[in-house]
Formats: sequence, structure tokens, C-alpha cells
Amino acid sequence: MAEAQKMQISDEVAIRIAGMNKWYGQFHVLRDIDMTVNRGERIVICGPSGSGKSTLIRCINRLEEHQQGQIVVDGTELTSDLKNIDKVRSEVGMVFQHFNLFPHLTILENCTLAPIWVRKVPKREAEETAMHFLQKVKIPEQAHKYPGQLSGGQQQRVAIARSLCMKPRIMLFDEPTSALDPEMIKEVLDTMIALAEEGMTMLCVTHEMGFAQAVANRVIFMDQGQIVEQNEPREFFNNPRSDRTKLFLSQILGH
Amino acid sequence: MTDATHKPFVRTQMLQPSAPPLREAGVVRWLRENLFSSWFNTILTLAGVAVIWLLVSSALPWWLNGVWTAGSLSECREIIAASAGEGASGACWAVVNERWNQFIFGFYPVGLWWRPTLAFALLFAAMGPVLFAGQKRAMLILLGSVAALVLVLVTLAASAVPNEVAKVTDAPFVWKLALALALLTLGAMIVLTVMGSGKLLWFTGLYPALCFWLLWGGPIWVPVGALFGFVLLAGVYAALVKRAGPGLAAGLGLIVALVWWLFLDVPVTVALNEAIPFGLTAVQSDQFGGFLLAITIGVTAITFSLPIGILLALGRQSDMLIVKTLCVGFIEFIRGVPLITLLFTASLLLQYFLPPGTNFDIILRVIILVTLFAAAYLAEVIRGGLAALPRGQYEAADALGLDYWQAQRFIILPQALKVSIPAIVSTFIGLFKDTTLVAFVGLMDPLKGVTQIVRADINWKGIYWEPYIFVGAIFFVICFGMSRYSMYLERKLKTDHR
Repeated sequence: MAEAQKMQISDEVAIRIAGMNKWYGQFHVLRDIDMTVNRGERIVICGPSGSGKSTLIRCINRLEEHQQGQIVVDGTELTSDLKNIDKVRSEVGMVFQHFNLFPHLTILENCTLAPIWVRKVPKREAEETAMHFLQKVKIPEQAHKYPGQLSGGQQQRVAIARSLCMKPRIMLFDEPTSALDPEMIKEVLDTMIALAEEGMTMLCVTHEMGFAQAVANRVIFMDQGQIVEQNEPREFFNNPRSDRTKLFLSQILGH
Repeated sequence: MTDATHKPFVRTQMLQPSAPPLREAGVVRWLRENLFSSWFNTILTLAGVAVIWLLVSSALPWWLNGVWTAGSLSECREIIAASAGEGASGACWAVVNERWNQFIFGFYPVGLWWRPTLAFALLFAAMGPVLFAGQKRAMLILLGSVAALVLVLVTLAASAVPNEVAKVTDAPFVWKLALALALLTLGAMIVLTVMGSGKLLWFTGLYPALCFWLLWGGPIWVPVGALFGFVLLAGVYAALVKRAGPGLAAGLGLIVALVWWLFLDVPVTVALNEAIPFGLTAVQSDQFGGFLLAITIGVTAITFSLPIGILLALGRQSDMLIVKTLCVGFIEFIRGVPLITLLFTASLLLQYFLPPGTNFDIILRVIILVTLFAAAYLAEVIRGGLAALPRGQYEAADALGLDYWQAQRFIILPQALKVSIPAIVSTFIGLFKDTTLVAFVGLMDPLKGVTQIVRADINWKGIYWEPYIFVGAIFFVICFGMSRYSMYLERKLKTDHR
């Protein structure tokens, strides 16, 4: 927690969500979401399954479309305008539960594809950047293998490196450790902690409460498509205020 | 349960991996395991051997007594009777020996045989950069063989004595010039391959025009004019893509190219030809036949049906209602109608719909219909491949900021097409065999068209098996080749290590 204090949070707003609602057909998945994320914040979003937490962060890079309200990312409002969407997506990195690496490309090609074609970076430079980030997630020696030859934890670290190669200003993590064996969770969390220490703005959907306590400056608890409680981690875990939160924490920390 | 299992236990030394136990090997064991493992298996084995013996013993004499040189079927029979005894059966391959040229070229003028031959050899050089992308060694072997093939076959074909119809030849120096140019081009391609250049695809792109010109002849300005349309398309696209985006630029380019092809192409090429008359002797479509016809239709349709099929499959998945409806309608209509109906449409009805005065070549019409037919099937095959991809692949591509066409080109299609390779190649094989159906609109396909002509000859009246076996064997070689290539490609692209 000591490190958490070291990390700087600026006053600059990175993401602003106001009065946002989303429906799947008749089903109201996200209800009146209001939140602001400042640059440098590390936010952990938790909640029971089906509470809309994944949907929320997927709205931030428009993998899901919202029907009402406003989402502004880095000063760009997300509307149906494709230019805005592409702009936001190139600034926001995302890491998925199932890694979603491209199995037909090598690790290096996975990392250089988007910089070359979206950022128009020359190939050599893109490869240097990719190797730099692969070094950072500690698997440069795997650069010329295919994703299928790597373990789950290694694949997830590649996925993080692939996002970082786009030099994003915000990173979204959608349950990055849920599909991993316990032994591999640590290596992925270590990578994420290192990233947080560098001051990356992070939104992370996860059930790793240890990670939340160590890294997050704010924990958001969601249920039934709404934000039920948010607080700084120590207060959130020691003094939960709503009954729903207490129940959730007793279930998740109880064993 | 012994006591030992309940004792507390700590392993002090980890076990080292060891080799699996050696199985006893040998022929006897293999036979016992595979053929005589049980009494039922033994009966099946014996019955199978009996059936094979029956088949071989009845057919073998026919194959062994085959006669290769004779002037007619009755002469064949005399030779067989003399050598194998009265009443013996035997194949009369003499018909193939005498008429092979018709099975290959139809009524294509003898003096011009070198042209389809050259086109056929160069076909492999044109396909190489696509089929063996990045495989330097395979490309060099291929290009070397093509060069040797060109040298031998074109010389042979050109020295086939131009028979009494001396008019239907080019000037005698033309084939030598073409041969030299072809070898020069192949040499340049070999050099480019050694240098590892991607420029080889230019030859692939130019090949359709070159092939058309070699096969049909006529003024060189016709294929040049057709190519110029593509140059216009590329030019407009390159000029506008920065300002208007890829979709709009491609659309405008296509409009400009269409205007050129529909209204300007013909007058310009006619004028050019009057100014600088240069070309090969023209050959009419009704002189095409045999495998020349089947391969022309098959290869063209295969080449163009794949991109059209991909676009249809993507269109069918599109969010845009009109695009989607058009694609679904097209696919379902084409798949719902027999190919022969479409071929009749090509030969009869298409003329009514076109503006009066246009005379659309029959082979071209058939190619268009066969292409569209195959494209509809491919669209469904590729849709299956697209559906097999996990949603996560689309999402990862989106999240990285790739636009629709980039995501399709780099992420989605490479994987979807890879999954669909066996089904795509099946469709291609089916398409190639379906080219024999053009017999129904009066074209001379190798199976029905040519064979009928050969069997109508008084010398070969009554011959039955031999021409069909010959034609079937060639079809088999080509289709089996495609099948093997698809397996090679699957192995080469296998990167998922599952």
C-alpha cells in the first residue's frame, strides 16, 4: 500500500461517463452510470457475475454501444462516428479474459500489427518497440513463437505487451486472470503492478482482492447494472457501507 | 490395501523420464493385429482378398492386351486376336494415340498449338507466387521446371507441321520471339525470387491478359485496353484514398474503370489498331475444345470465384441491410438453380438482356456464369469459416483500433480461409469437373463433346471405355493435384499447435 501512495494521480480527467444507460433488447444492463476517472488512477471494479462490470469497461472502447448518456474518453466523445471510435480505440488498450491473441501470427507479429497499420510506424521501429515491451513482460525469448506454444500466463503477458505497443494512455483489463491457473496468476498480476507503478491509468475488472488492496486507489462495487459503492480500498474492505457489499465481501473473502 | 499405502511417505528422489517399453515389431505381428485379430476380421480379410482377386483377374487381361498403334478399332481387334488368341479382350489405346490432340486442343488450329501450350506452362509461373508465397526453394524449382517445359513443349508444338490450312498460322518468327520473351521473363522471375522480391505478383496480375491474348489472338490492343481499366482504377484509388477513405476511393475508381470499359475502351482500341496494327492470328471460340476449353473455363472461374465468394460472405454478415439482402438473395438464388439452367441462360437468355448489337463471346458468357455459380457456394463455405472464429478475435482487432478492412485482411480472413481450405478446394474440384457440363450448350468439352466426335469416326465406331478412361485419368491427375496442394497448404499454415 505504501507504493500505492507513491503513484501520482493528476487532476486531468481521462474518462468521464455521465448518465449512461445500456439495454440488451429489453434487459437493462447498465443503469445511470456516472463516473469520472482521472489520469493515473487505478480503479478496480468488482461485483457478482451479471452485474454489468465487464459491459461497463467494454463501453469505454465501444466494444459495446451505449444507448443513453455520454462517454468522453481523453476528450473524445464516443458516438456512432467511426473516426472518434477509432481514435479512442487507438488510445485505449484492452486485455481480455481469454487473451484473444491472433493464433496465426507470431508473438512479434501480434505486437507489431496494429502499430504498423494503425499508427503507421515503420516496421523496424515497431519491432524495436515490441521487443522493448516483451522484455518488460519478461518474455523476449518467445518473440518468434506462436501463441499456441505459450502457457496461459505467458499468453496473457503477451496480450498486455501487445496493448502497450500502441502506447495507450488508458488500459482496460477485463478479468485478466480468471482463465489462468493459480501459479500463473502471480506473473500476470506482477506485470500489472509494474504497469501501475509507472503511472498508467487502469480500469480493471477482477476478483483479485489482494491486487485491489495493493494497487488500486479506488474500488467500485457494482450490482444489477449500477454502481453500488465506491471507496478507497482500505475503507472499502474494512468498512463496507451497503449490505449488498458486505454480503459480497463475506462471500468472496469468507473462505 | 497393504500397510505401505497408509504409511506417511516422502519422495526423496524424483523419477527420471524413461523410454516407453519396446513393442515387439515385425511383419507377423502386424498381420495378426491388422488382418487376423479375430475370426470375424479373418473372414472379412479373406472376403476382401477374394473380391480384389475377382476384379483384377477379370480386368487385367484387358489392360495387358492393350494395343497402342492401329488405324482403327477393327485393326486393334485383329492385333489382339493374333497376339492373345481368339476371343481375348483388350484395350484399344490406339484411339488415344491417334486422337489425343483433339482431346487436348479441340479444333484449335494446329499451326497455333504453341500458343495454348505456352499459356499453359506460364500458368504455373503465374500461380507460383500465390501458391508458394515466401517459399523460395519451391518457387525456384517451379520456375526452373516451367522454363524447361516452355522450351520443350513450345518447340514441339510449334514444329507440329502446320497442315493444309497454312493460313491459320502466325508469321514463322513469332513463336521464336515469344519463346525467347517467355524464357527471358522466367529468367527475370528467377532472379527476382533469388533476391526475395515480392514483385513476382506483377506477372500474376498481368497473366490473365497475356493468356487471353495467347489463346484468342487478335490485336494486342484488346488486352492492353482491358488492363488500362485496372490502371485507371488503381490511379483513381491512389489519388483519392488519402482524402476520401478507402471505400469511396475504390468505388469512384471502379466507376471510372467501368466508364472506360463500357464506352471508351472499344473505340480507342480500334483506333490504336488502325494506327499500329499488331497482333496474333485470331482464333474463334468455337475452335476451342477438349482440355484447353475445360482448363480455360476452370482456371478462370476458380481465380475469380474466390474473391467474389469472399465479398459475398462478408456482405452476408454485413450490418447494412441492403448489402446483406442483395448478397443473401444472390447466394440463395444461384444455389437454388441447377448449373445447367444457368448455362442455358448463358447461351440463350443473356443475349436478350444485353444491349442489341453486343456479341458476347459464348466462352466468356459460360465463364461468367460458372464463376458466379462457384462464388455462391464459396460464399457459404467461407461463411462457415467466419462463423468458426471466436468473437474474441473480432474484439481484439477492434480494441487495437484496426478498421474493418484491416481486421478482415490481417486477422479474420487468414484464419477463416485457413479453416475453410478443405471445403474451398472441394468446391474448386467440383467446379473443375462441372466444366464438362458446357457440352449442353454446344461447347466441345473433353468428356462428351470430343469423345462423341471421336466415336462418330467410322474407324473408331464402337469404342467405348478407352476415351473415357483417358479423359477421366487426366481429370483425376488435375483434381488429385489440387487435393494434395490443399493438404500441403493446411500443413504449412498449421500454427495453432493444438
